[in-house]
Amino acid sequence: MKPPDQTQKREQITPEEDRIRDLLHQALPPVGDAAEPARDLWPAMLKHLDEKSATVPWFDWALLAGLLGVVAFVPASIPVLLYYL
Amino acid sequence: MENGSGDVLNAFRHGSVDAFETLFRLHQRAVYGWILRIVRKPTVAEDLTIETFWRIHKAHARFEPALGFEGWARRIATHAALDWLRSARNEAALTVEGLPEPASAPGADPAIKAEIRSRTSQALARLPVKLRVAATLVLIEELAQKEVAAALGISVAAVKLRVFRALRTLRKDLEQQGIRP
Repeated sequence: MKPPDQTQKREQITPEEDRIRDLLHQALPPVGDAAEPARDLWPAMLKHLDEKSATVPWFDWALLAGLLGVVAFVPASIPVLLYYL
Repeated sequence: MENGSGDVLNAFRHGSVDAFETLFRLHQRAVYGWILRIVRKPTVAEDLTIETFWRIHKAHARFEPALGFEGWARRIATHAALDWLRSARNEAALTVEGLPEPASAPGADPAIKAEIRSRTSQALARLPVKLRVAATLVLIEELAQKEVAAALGISVAAVKLRVFRALRTLRKDLEQQGIRP
């Protein structure tokens, strides 16, 4: 005989587990779908967008560091870099 | 959640801030409500709503208007909430901060009922995040397993399994605390 698979096990909800559902309901009331934020969040969203867009991404800093490294160790590359700027 | 019109969705996909604002205003309440169901803290839900829309804004080029905004936004919101639950900031037990107190059964000792409620919410908070979210959405919020599966990006069978495991773990935890369900 094959052992019961996970699907069969899941169906075996005991009365104790049904009681746990009741305990959960008593402990934590459902939020439901009527909840709404206490304020308009768009101003905070705009502020967040401004802050994030003002931040220089880490890879830009890494690129700058790489370029400075090249310039420091190979000064002859300066005219080449200036040519491409 | 209502979906935005096709023009707005296409404009958003191409990076229009006006279209993003329209979608934000249209969906902020639904996204907030969904996150609140998972984290159960109104102030955190507000912050995570902004974080969700920031992720949505960053990912605008990957958005597929044909698939609709609502489901996409809900999946991103769910991931933002899961990230918060996993983070070190979430060390406190589950509370019902800012939410209505549950009604007590008539005839019960209020102190004992309060103690049982507290231990039950603590046991739920001790569950692994994946089990806790599935249990919260299915057992407390009584949402359809299909809806929860879509938001979590897993199959309905996986949702059932998580709820099953959550129930078993909760039963053991409550028994260890002297509460016989």
